[in-house]
Amino acid sequence: MPTIAIDQLDAGSALLLKRALRQLQPGESVAVVGAAPELRVHLAEWCRARGHTWLAGEVGAQEIGRILPGQQEHRRWQNALPTGALESSAVAEHAEVRWGLAARGASVESSTPAFHFPLSDKALVWADEAPKLYAQAVAAQWNPDEAIDWNTPFELPEDIEAAVAQVMTYLIENENAALLVPARFLAQMHPHFREVMQLLAIQVADEARHIEVFTRRIGLKGRQPALSTAGGQASLKTLLDTPDFAIALFLLSVLGEGTFVNLLNFLSAHAPDPVTRQMCRLAAQDEARHVAFGMAHLQYQLARDPALRDRLANAIEQRFEALATTDGLNEEVLDALLLLAAGSWDEAAIRQGQQKVQELQQDMAAGRRLRLLKLGFPEAQAARLAALHTRNFM
Amino acid sequence: MNKPLIMGAVAYAPKVVTIWEGFKQFFEDNGLPFDFVLYSNYERQVEALFDGSLDIAWNSPLAWLRAERMGRALGKPVTSIAMRDSDRDLTSLIVVRADAKIEQVADLRGKTVAVGAVDSPQATLLPLYHLYQQGLKAGTDFTVQRHDLLGGKHGDHIGGERDAARALLAGQADAACMIAGNHLLFTSEGTLPAGSTRILTQTPLFDHCNFTVAADAPAKLVARMRELLLGMSWDDPALRPLLELEGLKQWMPERTEGYRDLDAAVDVFGFYDKEGRITCADYRY
Repeated sequence: MPTIAIDQLDAGSALLLKRALRQLQPGESVAVVGAAPELRVHLAEWCRARGHTWLAGEVGAQEIGRILPGQQEHRRWQNALPTGALESSAVAEHAEVRWGLAARGASVESSTPAFHFPLSDKALVWADEAPKLYAQAVAAQWNPDEAIDWNTPFELPEDIEAAVAQVMTYLIENENAALLVPARFLAQMHPHFREVMQLLAIQVADEARHIEVFTRRIGLKGRQPALSTAGGQASLKTLLDTPDFAIALFLLSVLGEGTFVNLLNFLSAHAPDPVTRQMCRLAAQDEARHVAFGMAHLQYQLARDPALRDRLANAIEQRFEALATTDGLNEEVLDALLLLAAGSWDEAAIRQGQQKVQELQQDMAAGRRLRLLKLGFPEAQAARLAALHTRNFM
Repeated sequence: MNKPLIMGAVAYAPKVVTIWEGFKQFFEDNGLPFDFVLYSNYERQVEALFDGSLDIAWNSPLAWLRAERMGRALGKPVTSIAMRDSDRDLTSLIVVRADAKIEQVADLRGKTVAVGAVDSPQATLLPLYHLYQQGLKAGTDFTVQRHDLLGGKHGDHIGGERDAARALLAGQADAACMIAGNHLLFTSEGTLPAGSTRILTQTPLFDHCNFTVAADAPAKLVARMRELLLGMSWDDPALRPLLELEGLKQWMPERTEGYRDLDAAVDVFGFYDKEGRITCADYRY
């Protein structure tokens, strides 16, 4: 018969006891040897509380008693819920409410409380590229203190510096939306879809960093943020009011952030100072990854639900309708962009700047059209929908 | 709607609400109309078994004895229908510091013994009765140091026993009384460092709570409740969390032999009289 010797019943010896009980064959008991005077009392109590049977030995005997294990602890795991495996290939089509917060692949006790994550279907969240995009995102994280040469000397004319502050003010409110929209869906996502959850978390962190650098650029020359227009905010509000993950990804990432990549590339080429150019180049790289996930997920979901394409098209139409009465043109921002592209008030330079901004807008529309084509929209519809995009860019 | 079976429980901790809301749902789902009322102390709950407000009470052993005495006196004898597996065969300890020159019970003469609440069966009444049976009268042969916490809860709150254990360790008492499970807990959590105390003596086994049924309770509903209790399975994922909170693996049939010593202790210390009146002078609840 298996025997275990213990000095006193503390956490350590209890662990040894549990191990000994686990290793028993059905019907077997374990004998306990020990000299501490309180051991009999403690073992009897320990067994009683756990549903084991304590068979006390004779007083004075070396073997103070035997433990016959109860079945309850074993039965606790008999109906445990399987939750797949840690590999991405093992993601389930539907994540159960009772899997809760468990690591994918864990055995979950069946009495675990239900967690209501609205996004619990693979078709609604998944992209096969998510693990790869997450790894890229982690590798591409940059530290604003080190990645940007804040001390590079430069001085801009007063009104050019003001235009930079205006553009930064605009970028920050757009980045606030780009942070909050995925954050809202992140909180709705079943953690079973670990890779997508992680990717969205990094995306939120990316936006936090963008907000930081744009804010620091405003303050770099002692300024405060400039103007925020009602039209701009109304446009962003439609993104926050979108309750559907696919539509939000479509409007925010595919169309909005996609357009923003053009804008940030434009600024990294034409901004009047090296600090602004540097931060816009870094932000553009991050945004491109966000667009890539939006595209990858929508392609995944569209392959399973082609009718989604109509809902996406309708979402653009509805957003256009909703914004039709607002001044989405955002004149302050466009004027500031033009001035930045011109670099001075010289009339020829202004004309050149206008040319560049027009090219930017054409690039933006062309990019949107191309991405819509990639999502399977017919040529004519893609062109029309690309043109309906908000004049606020995001 | 059928009049539900009304059960009383003492709210000694917030979890009591979770437990009985859960069981109520289970009873209702299984065709037993059931509701519960929470009391702040066992005395008022026992009295409610005789004024028509309760059909059944989830009682401490002391509350069971009072209900038994009142029932006999009023010609409305109570019965018990079930208890937890963990209510059976408990024991209380009288422990001393490991290095104390107290080797046998008689050495407690002239010493100070820390106990729990005045109404605690396990930490006061039963250990003091155990000493009484061995010839030591509380208050005469030794001094009783009470650690009253939450009177009327019949010792359900662990705090009194923990305070008694601390008093022992601090040298303010020469011995302390506690239920064996709490001695194991206090040693594990470090309230009593391992090896710092020694078990001087231990009480005979006794039983704890039960469901006490009023004489005029609706018999069919009571029988159905008993059937549902005894049928509850640890394997049921909806019930297991409730059973764990209530501290049992399985409900067991009733038995009342396990209250004999406590019944004798109640007489010896004059806690209740034969009619169930409270006769303990300094009992506050």
